[in-house]
Amino acid sequence: MIDIQHISKSFDGRVILDDISLVFEEGKTNLVIGSSGSGKTVLMKCLVSLYQVDQGQILYDGRDFTESSEEEKREIRKDFGMVFQGGALFDSQTVAENVAFPLEMFSVMQPAEMRDRVDFCLNRVNLSSAHDLYPSQISGGMKKRVAIARAIALNPKYLFCDEPNSGLDPKTSIVIDNLIQEITEEFNITTVINTHDMNSVLEIGQKIIYLNKGKKWWEGDKNSILETDNAEVNDFVYASELFKRIRRASHS
Amino acid sequence: MAVFQSLGHYFLFVWVVFSKPQQWRRFWKQWLYEVNSLGINSLPIIAIISMFIGAALTIQTAYNIDSPFIPLYAVGLATRDSIILEFSPTIISLILAGKVGSSIASELGTMRVTEQIDALEIMGVNSGSFLVLPKIIAALFINPFLVIISMFIGITGGWIFGVLAGVVSTTEFVYGLQSFFQPFYITYALIKTVVFAFLITSISSYFGYYAQGGALEVGSSSTKAVVYSSIFVLVLNYLLTQVLLS
Ligand SMILES: Nc1ncnc2c1ncn2[C@@H]1O[C@H](COP(=O)(O)OP(=O)(O)OP(=O)(O)O)[C@@H](O)[C@H]1O
Ligand SMILES: [Mg+2]
Repeated sequence: MIDIQHISKSFDGRVILDDISLVFEEGKTNLVIGSSGSGKTVLMKCLVSLYQVDQGQILYDGRDFTESSEEEKREIRKDFGMVFQGGALFDSQTVAENVAFPLEMFSVMQPAEMRDRVDFCLNRVNLSSAHDLYPSQISGGMKKRVAIARAIALNPKYLFCDEPNSGLDPKTSIVIDNLIQEITEEFNITTVINTHDMNSVLEIGQKIIYLNKGKKWWEGDKNSILETDNAEVNDFVYASELFKRIRRASHS
Repeated sequence: MAVFQSLGHYFLFVWVVFSKPQQWRRFWKQWLYEVNSLGINSLPIIAIISMFIGAALTIQTAYNIDSPFIPLYAVGLATRDSIILEFSPTIISLILAGKVGSSIASELGTMRVTEQIDALEIMGVNSGSFLVLPKIIAALFINPFLVIISMFIGITGGWIFGVLAGVVSTTEFVYGLQSFFQPFYITYALIKTVVFAFLITSISSYFGYYAQGGALEVGSSSTKAVVYSSIFVLVLNYLLTQVLLS
């Protein structure tokens, strides 16, 4: 569980996050949605302390992360898995080496065991064939999937995914969404996902936070989001023609 | 003021870099890679430059010794001392500042702007130590060898080209090489080399590690890395000469 209390963040006087409090629950896929530029990435980077919050607290199962020393932060971070919006794969290493990296650094696994784990993770994201390719040799969507495989390699307690399925085709998107939800439930992970993909929202939105103008504008789940009368959330949800039609159909 | 701030920031960076590696096996693997990429790969350029500077030094010295009171074997002696004292440790380090410095800064800068460094941090890796320490230790280890090789090739180049140009004979040159030799000069050169190796790798890493923005900024941080490494090599060269040779 991640407990966020009154965090704020501005850049050069421009307020991006304004006194946000919320709880990301364990064993659930917690979605943060909002339009482009609404601060989803900034919020996620504050959570993992790549950005320092100006004020407020972030508690990881009771451990105060904002007050921790570098050393303590490193300890807590060993429980993290993160998928960056741009993938952030190590380009000097092959796909398999990327996935093996956290294992090599922090596990006590034997080489054979490590190879099995890497194969297993790559299999789950449908990438067994990319093993020996370098990041520059694979597509954007494949990079995303490698990043996911790398993030789950060490069975994280907290999983952060910044738009895990942007750049993926609808079918692969669903596979990835389901994979994330599956492992979240299986290993009781606290998963935070930034997205603006309505498919994901309806598929895996076990808890949904809507960010707008730097504030937590709305909170709910995949069922309540279709029924809310919050104007901004409705704008967001029914932005696409498809969802408008569905609403018209269901109202007639 | 800004100067002192940057300097403080740099020392803080070095302090973080020198923390104990979290994974020794990984560290040595990386170290070996850097010895090869920062050191062995620089051998060809070092060999070529040393050879021709040695040649030019010898021929110039020979032409300048116009007086009948100075014996010709002084050519060997002067070539030897200039190469050992100044050319190999300092000029080779300056060349490495250009070659190695820009490659370190652009490598780390690219990792920074593509969030690879953030990815390391998120995993709980001390990215400064993980990325930079192997480079520094590798250069401290390999640069003295490079400089000794450079001395050897420089002196050999001077001898061969001096003889070919007809300005000095083998007997005189070799006699000069053996005269008034001060072993401390070698120690002095190696002390300088090690200090320069540290400056080049740490300063270039600093500029790359803290690059911000995109490809353009990576380029400019790489330029800064070369400029500042070179300046500090020259300043420290002056200071060390004062301290060690006086
Ligand atoms: N390092 C930074 N310095 C200054 N401003 C920043 C920085 N990072 C983000 N911002 C600003 O914060 C705001 C929110 O950016 P953020 O990247 O969080 O948006 P987002 O919700 O993730 O959008 P997207 O869906 O497009 O990824 C933007 O206006 C951006 O300009
Ligand atoms: Mg974003």
